[in-house]
Amino acid sequence: MTSFFTLAIVQSALEVGFIYALVAMALFLSYSVLNIADLSTDNCFILGCAVGSTVALAGHPFLGLFAAMAAGVCSGFVTAFLQTRLGVESILAGIIVNTGLYTINLMAMGFTSNLNLFKCTTIFTLARDVLEPVIGSWYKLAVAVFITLIAALALRLFLTTRLGLSIRATGDNADMVRASSINPAFTITVGLCVSGSLTALSGAVLGQYQKSCDINLGQGMVTIALASLIIGETLVGRQKISHRLFASILGSVIYRFVVAIALRMNVPAECLKLVSAIIVAVAISSPQVKVLIGRSRRKAAARAAKKEGV
Amino acid sequence: MLKLNHVSMTFNPGTVNEKKALNDLSLHLAPGDFATIVGSNGAGKSTLFGAIAGSFWPDTGSVVLDGQDITFLPAHVRSKQIGHLFQDPMRGTAPHMTIEENLALAYLRTEKSKSSFFSRVNKKDKELFREHLALLGMGLEDRMSQPVGLLSGGQRQALTLLMATLVTPKLLLLDEHTAALDPATAEKVLALTKDIVAQRHITCLMITHNMHSALELGNRTLMMNAGQIVLDVQGEERAHMTVDDLLARFAAGAGQALDNDRILLSSEAR
Repeated sequence: MTSFFTLAIVQSALEVGFIYALVAMALFLSYSVLNIADLSTDNCFILGCAVGSTVALAGHPFLGLFAAMAAGVCSGFVTAFLQTRLGVESILAGIIVNTGLYTINLMAMGFTSNLNLFKCTTIFTLARDVLEPVIGSWYKLAVAVFITLIAALALRLFLTTRLGLSIRATGDNADMVRASSINPAFTITVGLCVSGSLTALSGAVLGQYQKSCDINLGQGMVTIALASLIIGETLVGRQKISHRLFASILGSVIYRFVVAIALRMNVPAECLKLVSAIIVAVAISSPQVKVLIGRSRRKAAARAAKKEGV
Repeated sequence: MLKLNHVSMTFNPGTVNEKKALNDLSLHLAPGDFATIVGSNGAGKSTLFGAIAGSFWPDTGSVVLDGQDITFLPAHVRSKQIGHLFQDPMRGTAPHMTIEENLALAYLRTEKSKSSFFSRVNKKDKELFREHLALLGMGLEDRMSQPVGLLSGGQRQALTLLMATLVTPKLLLLDEHTAALDPATAEKVLALTKDIVAQRHITCLMITHNMHSALELGNRTLMMNAGQIVLDVQGEERAHMTVDDLLARFAAGAGQALDNDRILLSSEAR
């Protein structure tokens, strides 16, 4: 096992897993809680990366994270505005914003398709200076875990406030939200803004982690995050909010280990998107497939019984 | 408490589906009035509730609640003062959230402080929920951390009633809220309704298809036909009324017999 999984592989799988867990949490909020398939996630992630990297290049790595989150809030707000006020279908609203963001992202990167952060100060280089003497090469993981846990804790607290409760109720029963004197259009807007900020934060952290930002970095991010979320919720269950947040982190880390194993077994990196697509398709369809299998079994049993009777 | 002044509402105007649901309807409810409403299919009963609760804006006329003109207020703002129960027990509660979380949402709607978006329930509130749940007599006080989706229709409807009245509303709208329940449960929910409304002196409007309930419950009976109130009885006159009298009066007022496929006449069916 030790030869299969080197320490470096385990470390980077954990690091990337924790960073991408933020997107899984964002999808937990938009997809599981609000019941909205937010397709602007892909480019919202790059938006975070672009803004975070640009600000870091200007010498403010921490400010970069907050700027990225603010950009994510804006992106979420536009998506929400289109669907709650202007009557655009939620999926279409996501696609429209996703398309528009491509240009915005290029703008944020100064109209180049690549940014390079190798010589600039990032939150990870700052952490290295402080933490490396203490925990050695684990400092990157420490940063990723710290940010993700803070975000999870904040989300956990938020979702039990009155506003959080009404956001959760919106995906469940919008009528009831209205009856609690809260406008569902408002709760959807807040929910998508929070979700957008988490996605963008993830992008910003990843950009500083891998010291580069690419305009095509986030392709398929929705599917990957959804795969993580579903893996996690299948393993942990969906009872309590804290369990479900833990599930999205766990799922994201497991997904990264799946990727690491695949790479280790010399699966070409180009195939990983197909793998994650299959994971999502299988996981979401499995309840229905179970029903179908059960039915065909019953049919077969009935046919066999009939034959015996004759 | 509630005043409707010449309210009219036409759906799909100018098309073949044009439907005059409310026709110059005026109604005045005194504080503490508990009025039952009966009427034919399509008489405009639910549309009347929609106009009061804010599901749409009426074409003409105004709605005034406790001196405040609420004609153009959005539904979610009115819900601060108006409780609304529907026939469908699924409509009033969020199934994937726990009983406690559902109650918390209903309870926190009244907090007046600016920070109320971020307020959360504390131990004292939970104790209050427990007390109120115990009054329902359904054992729900010991199931507060269970999702509401696990409850039966009757339990959900009782919970919705509790949520609508946890903070006393100025007006309670009951749209056949026991019609989807089995007779024994319906009886129980109705008894709860009666108690809560009486204890808190809530002004209440209740649509029913049960002619006996229409006469027995509350202090006033309204009959609707073709978007208008054709009969309004209370006091002495109502006390001596039988179901047959009511039907006869309806026929006289509306110029036709009562036509409702769900109306219940026999006393056993209660």
